[in-house]
Amino acid sequence: MASLALRNLVKSFDRTEVLHGISLDVKDGEFVVLVGPSGCGKSTTLRLIAGLEELTAGEIEIEGRVVNNLEPKDRNIAMVFQNYAIYPHMSVRKNIGFGLRTSKLSRAEKEARLLEVSGILDMNDLLDRKPSQLSGGQRQRVAIGRAMVRDPAVFLFDEPLSNLDAQLRTQMRLEIKKLHQRVGNTIIFVTHDQIEAMTMADRIVIMKDGRIQQVGTPSEVYHEPANIFVAQFIGAPSMNLLSGTADGGAVRIGAGGGIELGVAIEDGRPVKVGVRPDDLRPDGGAETLVEGEVTVREPLGPETLVHVGTEHGEVIAKADGRTPPEVGERVKLSARREAIHIFDAKTGNVLC
Amino acid sequence: MAVADTEFRAASETLLAPRAPRRKANAGQIARWLLLFAGGILMVAPIAYMISTSLKWPHEIYDLALIPDEPHLENYVYVLEDGRFYGWFINSIIIATITTVSNVIFDSLVGYTLCKFRFPGRYIVFIAILSTLMIPTEMLVIPWYLMSQSLGWLDSYWGIMFPGLMTAFGTFLMKQFFETVPDDFIEAARIDGLNELQIWWTVAMPLVRPALAALAIFVFLGNWTAFIWPLIVTNSVEMYTLPVGLSSFGDEADVQWELIMTGAAISTIPTLVVFLIFQRFIIRGVVMAGLKG
Repeated sequence: MASLALRNLVKSFDRTEVLHGISLDVKDGEFVVLVGPSGCGKSTTLRLIAGLEELTAGEIEIEGRVVNNLEPKDRNIAMVFQNYAIYPHMSVRKNIGFGLRTSKLSRAEKEARLLEVSGILDMNDLLDRKPSQLSGGQRQRVAIGRAMVRDPAVFLFDEPLSNLDAQLRTQMRLEIKKLHQRVGNTIIFVTHDQIEAMTMADRIVIMKDGRIQQVGTPSEVYHEPANIFVAQFIGAPSMNLLSGTADGGAVRIGAGGGIELGVAIEDGRPVKVGVRPDDLRPDGGAETLVEGEVTVREPLGPETLVHVGTEHGEVIAKADGRTPPEVGERVKLSARREAIHIFDAKTGNVLC
Repeated sequence: MAVADTEFRAASETLLAPRAPRRKANAGQIARWLLLFAGGILMVAPIAYMISTSLKWPHEIYDLALIPDEPHLENYVYVLEDGRFYGWFINSIIIATITTVSNVIFDSLVGYTLCKFRFPGRYIVFIAILSTLMIPTEMLVIPWYLMSQSLGWLDSYWGIMFPGLMTAFGTFLMKQFFETVPDDFIEAARIDGLNELQIWWTVAMPLVRPALAALAIFVFLGNWTAFIWPLIVTNSVEMYTLPVGLSSFGDEADVQWELIMTGAAISTIPTLVVFLIFQRFIIRGVVMAGLKG
């Protein structure tokens, strides 16, 4: 049984429809990340699950029961907000224990639960402090603790790391992932950061303009993007896209050689050829896809990103970090066939 | 050793060097100081004269000298021994306290509702409340009196208090302050299982403490010094509030200013206490401490 099921969720604000039929099944204990650009509807979806927004149409099931008409407190969920939302006038102890105020547990049980959670989060020494005496990362842990203490069926995280600096974000990312492995609850995590999504999720849901673009494991959405949006949104730097035309069972980029398609596409149909910078190499080995002149180099240590100006536009390739081509050097770029993605130029959907 | 000696000499020279001349105050600054000084005098003078008059004998009242020739405490003894004063004092305490508590609770409840709940007509209700601020008290006094008469509230605590138990100003003030409380706090508490009244009391109210303190000071002072309405609605001397009672020190032929000023000086004490209690809450920035760091 799915821990959470969304059936054709529609949400309108006044007359503007912002979610156009979101359907998703989340398994018990799964870590699912909703990712997409601002305004794609990911936070709205989360708020609908929490019961903080009213559904226009559709159905939400948590642990097999429809919760559409239930109050947030009755849905057996807990939420961690982007701004933490820990109460500044309460100590850490009171903040974490706040989720148990309405619980029927005895005082001793509540205290034991609080200590268990603060222990997991390594916050036992900070219980008597006020939020103003905590660092950003510690406040975030208090917010997580307040959610954990209720032991909900589903945890909802609404961009909880976006206010932390880069180093702390990486650390908290790891902590949340470890926490999930330890407690095993279902987590729905919203972010606009694709690295966060890739590193934390069991499955990623990529959204755009109120619609799901693709659902898959991090590997699936990276290696088998369903459309141009997913291909460009996931991965940094973005996937290179070159314009081509189907011709005799192959794709031709300009007057260059053909790339075998493997599927039947009518001749003359415009397509986009996508190759990730990781897969585009200046050191040859396969048939040349494009060639051009190195304009910029970005050394990353083990590898160097090489910007190459071609007659079809600028592309980014990855070269060896020790012996990258010089700026101004002419290079031939090639990629393995399985690393090349062909998209329909009109619909943006993947063809092969 | 040589190095230490050099350092010592350098430090001595720095310390003993003539100070740089102070920057001369320009004309604008002097004008500002003079203006502030005049403002200060304007604020302090009535209080100084109140205390000075309370220490004077009746024949000295119209002598404008600030320091009395023969300062004495007889006026204080007389006022404090007059049983009526305590009654008025207690009346004022009861009325100012109840109206303050009532305003803090009901103004904030209405302000919170108008701020954090979306319901049809919300904006109209808010405008209607605000528009009552444009009606002067003088226009309201007769309807209030007729209402009190109909309800049998004349010459009673209810009669004195009811117009001030809730104020449009307080509602407006609280609504504006609740705007600064992020919705995330309210929603987090909603998910944690609190009902709306609990959220208002446990989460929202502590976050607007500075506003509550300001409101409490305003309302307390307003009711403590209220004169016209208590004068109209009360008949018996026992129901007088302090300002009404103090004004009764004297008659058409003679006003006993020294006793009025003595009573006024004593009556400022509770207002000072209220201010000292609440002013420490008027510190902004408390709300932000629970948010992103």
